[in-house]
Amino acid sequence: MTAAVEFSGVSRHFGTASAPVKAVDGVDLTIAEGSFFAMLGPSGSGKTTCLRLISGFEKPTGGVIRIFGQDVSDIPPNRRNVNTVFQDYALFPHMNVRDNVAYGLMVKGVDRRSRNDRAEEMLSLVKLDGYADRKPGQLSGGQRQRVALARALVNEPRVLLLDEPLGALDLKLREAMQDELKALQTRLGITFVFVTHDQGEALSMADSLAVFNEGKIAQIGTPADIYARPRTRFVADFVGSSNVLTPEVTRAFGGPAKWSSLRPEALRLTAADGVALAGQVTAIRYLGAGSRVSVALPGSEIALLVPAGEALPEQGATVGLAFDPAALHIMDEA
Amino acid sequence: MTDAPAILPERGLGDRLTALFWRHPRLLLAVLLTPPLLWLGVVYLGSLFALLLQSFYSIDEFSGMVKEEFTLKTYAELFRAQNLDIILRTLLMSAAVTIGCAVIAFPIAYYAARFAKGKWKAVFYLGVMLPLWSSYLVKVYAWKLILAKEGIITWAAEGVGLSMILNAILAIPGIGGNSLSTSPMGTFIVFVYVWLPYMILPMQASLERVPTSMLEASADLGASRAQTFRTVILPLAMPGVIAGSIFTFSLTMGDYIIPQIVGTSARFIGLAVYQLQGTAGNIPLAAAFAVVPILIMLVYLTIAKRKGAFDAL
Repeated sequence: MTAAVEFSGVSRHFGTASAPVKAVDGVDLTIAEGSFFAMLGPSGSGKTTCLRLISGFEKPTGGVIRIFGQDVSDIPPNRRNVNTVFQDYALFPHMNVRDNVAYGLMVKGVDRRSRNDRAEEMLSLVKLDGYADRKPGQLSGGQRQRVALARALVNEPRVLLLDEPLGALDLKLREAMQDELKALQTRLGITFVFVTHDQGEALSMADSLAVFNEGKIAQIGTPADIYARPRTRFVADFVGSSNVLTPEVTRAFGGPAKWSSLRPEALRLTAADGVALAGQVTAIRYLGAGSRVSVALPGSEIALLVPAGEALPEQGATVGLAFDPAALHIMDEA
Repeated sequence: MTDAPAILPERGLGDRLTALFWRHPRLLLAVLLTPPLLWLGVVYLGSLFALLLQSFYSIDEFSGMVKEEFTLKTYAELFRAQNLDIILRTLLMSAAVTIGCAVIAFPIAYYAARFAKGKWKAVFYLGVMLPLWSSYLVKVYAWKLILAKEGIITWAAEGVGLSMILNAILAIPGIGGNSLSTSPMGTFIVFVYVWLPYMILPMQASLERVPTSMLEASADLGASRAQTFRTVILPLAMPGVIAGSIFTFSLTMGDYIIPQIVGTSARFIGLAVYQLQGTAGNIPLAAAFAVVPILIMLVYLTIAKRKGAFDAL
């Protein structure tokens, strides 16, 4: 497989040379063709800047970006065969849905009839048949999102960039759109690059993902890999709800004196007597499929997941902890 | 549990009024709107109505007295060749000034809306408003000196060897003349100068409301800068352009000072109204002339609306 997008030592610094703000700092990245790639990170971590570097709205201050092997350093956005679904959708308010979707074809000089036909096709792809004559202002958030998607796909881009596209939707709609986006990507075979700060979204949708922190990539891998084997404390903390254990606590858990992570579902409650790991229950949070119980140990607080149906301890009760030693993941970070 | 009361005690007039307005939400609106509506209704619309009424009267040709009888005779007078000339001249000048202002204002407004931040934004507002702080008459006389045959423009043109171009412009029939200050070109320049802020400010306000992401979306979908301008920026900025053009167009149509001081002293509507109600004492014809800009603006706005200029509102 060829690389759809390739970053070699790409940086984007803002501000002055003496006090640069390193939005993106020496990023190396390869996105395989046809993959669903997620860029995950907190706000200000550089993920959106990376997306804008691909679309051409930002120019790198260092390094080279290649799209399907071609250096795009001197290519303006309108000549890059990549399209974007914007966070605020950026639909043109003075045009109806049909003209919005057909815009990319209009500026290419496609005649009105063909581009309208094509727009209708795209609208039916995103299940918005019959909305062509509405103005964006007359649509709900979810519908606008679909229009933005149809508009970005009408040019048949080689790469589709999605900037937090589900951020403005409510939970139910967001979950439905996640499934739909995934199905659409599989069907069209276009490379999707997806920016999000929602780790659940990234893990559930992406084939592979990059976790960003402070302008750098903290880890790249498959969702399972990143979830189970975070390389740094930051990744363990940000991706999923893992317990991050300090070197001392790791030792208490029977590991080496290094930072480690332990997933809540790998722990279970036992009787307190005669167990090395015991502490008081400080909080119980009901999650539906189970409950998340926080237990205070010397030097740390450990969360564990008690599946629904199992007995829950009382708040303040002293409980013992048992865990599967194989689940204790030692991180590279010292 | 605390003993704090569930309902807090009333603290005097302010709280009583707040409660009153809360119970009757329309009351506050009525209190706020009554004075301006009275002003608008009585003073503004009243005078407009008096004007309309006058325009349907006529003047007795022998006595020079106003005959208070309804007639369309005065309106018919507008269609005399010399009066049509005035209307046409005013219309052309207003259109030219509006286009001139729009062309000059757009880059300034665009810069201010999209790039100016913090200090530069303040500099922009100051720069645009500063000319409005000084007397209009002083500015127009200053321009007369600038544009005069002995003025700085002629002098500078000679200095850099561009007299040829200046003379060529002045030789163009219809807009040229003896010097810039006695030519329609000069009138145009001064009009554009004095009304420019009224075009820049509404344009800037409307451009500011166009999100950057919309311009990016356009480029992203393959549009060149020119296509983005034509299909996204201009339609979205149109309400501002129209608002600005209403100012420049109607201000030019009503002005009677600039054409007197700078230009050929050919009459414009404003000047005609001024002279008719003053020296000639022909209030009905002055009123009829004054109705013309109103009608022109109504026609202009109707066309603008038909063309979809307000779709982005």
